[in-house]
Amino acid sequence: MNWLERMKSGLKTRIKREIPQGIWQQCTHCGHSTYTMALERNYWICPECTGHYPISSRQYASLLLDEDSFAEMDATVTSSDPLRFRDTKRYSERLRAARRLSGLNEAILTGIGTMGGHPVALGVMDTRFIMGSLGSATGEKIVRLIDRARVDRRCLLLVCQSGGARMMESAFSLMQMAKISAKLRQLAEDRLLYITVLTDPTYGGVTASFGMLGDIILAEPRARVGFAGQNVIKQFLGTDELPEDFQIAESVLQHGFVDRIVSRDQLAVEIVRLIALLAPDGNPQEPPAAP
Amino acid sequence: MAENAFHLDFEQPVIALEKRIAELSQQAESDGLDLSEEIGRLEERAEDLRQRVYRDLTPWQRVQLSRHPQRPYTLDYLTRMTSDFVELHGDRAYGDDAAVVGGAARLDGEPIMVVGMQSGRNVAERQRRNFGMPHPEGYRKALRIMHLGARFGLPVLSLVDTSAAYPGVEAEYRGQAEAIARCMYEMSHLPVPVVVVILSQGGSGGAIALGVGDRILMLENAWYGVIAPEACSTILFKTRERKEEAADALKLTASDLHEQKIIDQIVPEPFGGAHRDWDEAAALLKRRVTEALAELRLLSAEELVRNRVEKYCAMGAYSD
Ligand SMILES: [Zn+2]
Repeated sequence: MNWLERMKSGLKTRIKREIPQGIWQQCTHCGHSTYTMALERNYWICPECTGHYPISSRQYASLLLDEDSFAEMDATVTSSDPLRFRDTKRYSERLRAARRLSGLNEAILTGIGTMGGHPVALGVMDTRFIMGSLGSATGEKIVRLIDRARVDRRCLLLVCQSGGARMMESAFSLMQMAKISAKLRQLAEDRLLYITVLTDPTYGGVTASFGMLGDIILAEPRARVGFAGQNVIKQFLGTDELPEDFQIAESVLQHGFVDRIVSRDQLAVEIVRLIALLAPDGNPQEPPAAP
Repeated sequence: MAENAFHLDFEQPVIALEKRIAELSQQAESDGLDLSEEIGRLEERAEDLRQRVYRDLTPWQRVQLSRHPQRPYTLDYLTRMTSDFVELHGDRAYGDDAAVVGGAARLDGEPIMVVGMQSGRNVAERQRRNFGMPHPEGYRKALRIMHLGARFGLPVLSLVDTSAAYPGVEAEYRGQAEAIARCMYEMSHLPVPVVVVILSQGGSGGAIALGVGDRILMLENAWYGVIAPEACSTILFKTRERKEEAADALKLTASDLHEQKIIDQIVPEPFGGAHRDWDEAAALLKRRVTEALAELRLLSAEELVRNRVEKYCAMGAYSD
């Protein structure tokens, strides 16, 4: 299946799951059916196999942040169509469809809020918006979020979920990797804590920029995390076989590129604990004096 | 250029005519005949033909030129542009990736640090250099060399030429994504002038990894973008064959990127492409690199870094 097909089928299955009209939901990992209300109470984690159902960016925001603390930023920032790109559809039409589907104007939701009382700047990607791909507006929203974190001295938290770069913006998309990476380096110079959460799937230019640049990198169980997509690798190497657990978060941790696997119900707790340990006083500008 | 040199489909008529002229000249000389009139006529026709073939290349034709097997690679430029090149090896963590070369050299007598991707001229060399597709250790070697340069105040010249970062199992295990991210992250803050040149192929994340700098130059027939036209064609049209349309759609030529304000300057190539005259190609590039470095040397480290970050922050096409 190529990228576009994956995107299309991914979108279809995802809507069904994320706008749960049915009473029952079926787990894609084990096939087990669960009562929707029970899933909602269980962070959309399958009670049978602990597989994580995909959830939307707003659902992440509400499960991570203190109640009613979220203030969305830059909700109107949206990609223009600089190349007037057209595949089977016009990119401009694709953007319109993505906006309708996700209720977002871009592939990331950004804003500020608190976690356990600590001020944070939060960005959550959303695969319902053109596979969570990295477009100009995605990059711009992240950069503005980073600047907000620097001004207010907030921890930065980015929840990643993306197929990678956005083909329809070609070099503009590519440059977002450099743009975000440069700003994250500024954030580090300002001694602000940056935590990433890698969720299923995180690929390409997102992994190869802000995904892998977290001071601390967390991942949801069994999330697929990689640079090159598995189909690309199979095609390139001329093989149908890739190692078991290849690009699965637990194996990425074994290779040294993820700090911790954190179940979704524990995410907020773990992040608050980390902030409290590393940056409890709203990230003081100067390092504390040695005792 | 060698007799059995490789030619692209669209340049065949030019090559055939040039060959005919060469044969006639040889014949004239060996037989003591005066064929100057005939040769002159053919030369005129050849010039006319060259103009028509090379003047308005399509994006796909430029992609073909960028991959021309006789096109100069990083080391071909370095040997012509610099002196005292001392190549450094290894990332100090895993290994030495021959798809990436780097070290210290002199440009007009001034020490600089250079890094770049390198492919090979023959089968064995291409395999050894993995077709210029870096593994993570290649990027980490480049970064080590750039950091070393920064410590001693040497400007950095990065020559980008890769179809992609290597998409393999081991590359993933060793953190291809992290290596690429780390390079951009650090290059954005190197406290020395950084000049980047897109030599031939600027293939996606594998290229931008070494592509963050103060001045981005791009050779006339290079391409730069998020995906190669054939792969794009596969996604769009379910076949690799509509690569011409894909190359058009991706807006990947030097003039496209200049218009998009993603590169700063287009570096002219010898007429018909860099493969037709390596010395001239290197001379044309050297002049632009020297000019760019001269301008950048006037700025302080703080100014360089601030301008560089701002430069990237301005990139993108969105509405608010
Ligand atoms: Zn299950």
